Amino acid sequence: MISLPPPNQQTLARRAEIVAALSAIVPGDGVISDAVRLKPYETDGLAAYRQMPLAVVLPRTTEQVAAILRYCHQNAVRIVPRGAGTSLSGGALPMEDAVVIGLMRMNRILEIDLDDRLAVVEAGVTNIGITNAVAGDGFFYAPDPSSQLACMIGGNVMMNSGGAHCLKYGVTANNLLGLKFVTIEGEIVTIGGAHLDAAGYDWLGLITGSEGQLGLVTEVTVRILRGPEGARAMLAAFKGTEIAGAAVDAIIASGIIPVALEFMDKPCIHACEAFAHAGYPLDAEAMLIIEVEGSTAEQDDLLNRIKAICERFDPISLKVAESPEQSLAIWKGRKGAFGAVGRISPDYLCMDGTIPTSELPFVLKRIGEMSEQYRLGVANVFHAGDGNLHPLIMFDANDADSFRRAEAFGAEILTLCVEVGGCLTGEHGVGVEKRDLMTVQFTARELDQQRAIKSAFDPQWLLNPSKVFPLQAAAE
Amino acid sequence: MNDLLAPADEAALAAGIGAAHAGREPLAIEGRGTKRGLLRPVQAARTLSTRNLTGITLYRPSELVLSARAGTPVPEIEAALAEKGQHLIAEPPDTRGIFGAAEPATLGGIVAANLSGPRRISWGSMRDHLLGIRFVNGAGEVLRSGGRVLKNVTGLDLCKLLAGSYGTLGVMTEITLKVLPAPEATATLLVQVPDVAAGVRAVSAGLGSPFGVSGAAVLPGVPILAAMRLEDFAASVAYRSERLREALVAFGAVTLLEGEASRAFWREVRDAAPLAARAEEAVWRVSVRPSAGPAVARVAEALGGRALLDWGGGLVWVAAPATAAAHGALVAAAAPSGGTCTLFRAPEALRLSVEVLPPEPLPLAAIAQRVKAALDPAGILNPGRMRAGT
Ligand SMILES: Cc1cc2nc3c(=O)[nH]c(=O)nc-3n(C[C@H](O)[C@H](O)[C@H](O)COP(=O)(O)OP(=O)(O)OC[C@H]3O[C@@H](n4cnc5c(N)ncnc54)[C@H](O)[C@@H]3O)c2cc1C
Repeated sequence: MISLPPPNQQTLARRAEIVAALSAIVPGDGVISDAVRLKPYETDGLAAYRQMPLAVVLPRTTEQVAAILRYCHQNAVRIVPRGAGTSLSGGALPMEDAVVIGLMRMNRILEIDLDDRLAVVEAGVTNIGITNAVAGDGFFYAPDPSSQLACMIGGNVMMNSGGAHCLKYGVTANNLLGLKFVTIEGEIVTIGGAHLDAAGYDWLGLITGSEGQLGLVTEVTVRILRGPEGARAMLAAFKGTEIAGAAVDAIIASGIIPVALEFMDKPCIHACEAFAHAGYPLDAEAMLIIEVEGSTAEQDDLLNRIKAICERFDPISLKVAESPEQSLAIWKGRKGAFGAVGRISPDYLCMDGTIPTSELPFVLKRIGEMSEQYRLGVANVFHAGDGNLHPLIMFDANDADSFRRAEAFGAEILTLCVEVGGCLTGEHGVGVEKRDLMTVQFTARELDQQRAIKSAFDPQWLLNPSKVFPLQAAAE
Repeated sequence: MNDLLAPADEAALAAGIGAAHAGREPLAIEGRGTKRGLLRPVQAARTLSTRNLTGITLYRPSELVLSARAGTPVPEIEAALAEKGQHLIAEPPDTRGIFGAAEPATLGGIVAANLSGPRRISWGSMRDHLLGIRFVNGAGEVLRSGGRVLKNVTGLDLCKLLAGSYGTLGVMTEITLKVLPAPEATATLLVQVPDVAAGVRAVSAGLGSPFGVSGAAVLPGVPILAAMRLEDFAASVAYRSERLREALVAFGAVTLLEGEASRAFWREVRDAAPLAARAEEAVWRVSVRPSAGPAVARVAEALGGRALLDWGGGLVWVAAPATAAAHGALVAAAAPSGGTCTLFRAPEALRLSVEVLPPEPLPLAAIAQRVKAALDPAGILNPGRMRAGT
């Protein structure tokens, strides 16, 4: 269990006064302070951790956000920014002595420019909302986290979220042009804009993925792309995880970069098949979903090349979608993988380490051994092209010991990821979940350097406290 | 010329910076100094160079990663990649022509300047493919950020902060990049357009097509040409050239460059060769909303200069008389669309008398000062390189 510091009693004692001040900034129904209506905010996608916030404020404008931050800064009140609250690392977990600033009411699309291929949207617009707004013209916003129906662009920016198609199109950081950013002092600044590679320090790059540690984002300018003529998926099943891993290597070595290259192991195949009836091969030890893009002839050409490569690895089955509907069926199981595991286990923890792809067979073998040692099931699904693993550790939250073992199991997997040359998190962020593991990946000096940069933005450490950085030094 | 420190390894480099930190002695930081003429000159008695930190330290083609020490010449990296049929995604410009340098740039210099070529419009910049760095901060501490895997969001992304910081925040000693397979084939469609604005509309149509255009430039001249590149497997390039031609004929007569002719064309665009900047002229890189590019080009012409538009019209290279008035006019031209103007090459007097980079809004300038102090407490790394007094 990750420890959370005791709340600041002075802040708790000032609660009524803080609520009144926030209500003056966001009048009407903009402030929530009663227990019943605060309840939905007590957790995020990492539901094992819960805390009731001091209050929730729901601004509608950047100016309101700035006024809230100015007030909090002047009065030393802590802040937890929140989008849709789908963070799987507890990034949006409230603190008892902190005000949650929810951006969900800032959900307007401000500008769409197809000629310059950009959209300007408020932070509370959902990820899918951007694509929906431009899909009629054949465009899309590329990063597509599985949570895209719910998660918001502000949260995506702060987590630098990825998706199944980032092997080709990149993650959030690679698809941004500009931000409207509010500093802890309540100053509104424009970073970047409608152009590429703004001169000077890359604030856009530093803020992206900073998990609410540096300031708030209220508007985002994203690049939108014209979609391909078409896309189609294929499914390749193999007798062993190592064999599937070798097939992935061979595909990439051939010069083909599929738009998506997803891997599932046997437990995951079974869970997804039971859920989605996608026709997944139940006798396979590992399965790949591979997607290519282009005209029908181009798709055929690429899929034939990939098929020929997979045939060298003694596949159990190779199934090429003959239509967009069959592609959707192949994807349906993968997109619902988390939900599918949720059906076979009362609870699960989703890990998110990244490894060099050559280490895959070894890491999967070790995860299998750990699964026995901790007496907990695990299903592996991941983005094979880029080595981003999502082991889903199954446990029962009503059984404290099972939860303890699940966390220890997860920590051991992530430590292994770092040991083989990878990292703790490929797309879900450090949040509260991996905070104490940061010392596995970084030296004390490296962490101090990051802390010093955090201090440059937020000298009093009011923004999203008790996350990202191990606790002990955070007070300095 | 000042004293040159060229440490043999990272430890020696760190010790050198540590000593300079202790003595509060400013250092000019460079790779091989090819871009010494870029931005502002540094006032420092000594120069610290990464030129002796060379060599590729890791290359895994099937994992799409390459690491090299910061002083490795870029052509050496390109050659190693080419041997395995891969390439640097952002195709950084070779600035030897513009700066009249004899040797090629180092990897560290290219990343520190975040210089990207034509492919940037569709495949991202140098910093987009920067997976990890080892660097020495201004206190002489050896630190890492990122790593060697393709996806990594662990902690603050100092890679992006250091890319484009021109050696003012830390000295990179080793750099890990994502690389990609080089395309099997390439072709370029050249459309003759009546004016630059029509050229930008043509490349905008190309970029808005489903055919994966990976280079989109407008070359003023006679005739004015809108150029679009395709890169993929041969069959795809053949098919897409035909479809793209159909989509572009409305803009003007279309001709096709294939294979080496296409490659040579984009090398020239990459290096801003068509700009034909004369020795006495200054060179700017203006980054704007693509549809605002033609207005910048008009200003360049009014100044008696020339423009070359890349990145769909959003990157305007300008060569014009090296005067403060010209600089002011180009800064003003970038402003309406919120763009930025960088004085890329100019005589020292001009670089010292104007703001070579646009000033930051005050709250950001205050943060920048604190970030600089966090990484370089004594202010010894490349003082004044980007802005006077910082
Ligand atoms: C079923 C499921 C599937 C998922 N799949 C993926 C996936 O495929 N890829 C992936 O990368 N992630 C995935 N996620 C994780 C999650 O959806 C992403 O991290 C997402 O970007 C979070 O967005 P959000 O709006 O929910 O942000 P929140 O969870 O509300 O917040 C995320 C973080 O950003 C901060 N924050 C939010 N908004 C702002 C703002 N405007 N200004 C400053 N700070 C802010 C918060 O404090 C918090 O630290 C998945 C989650 C679930 C539940």
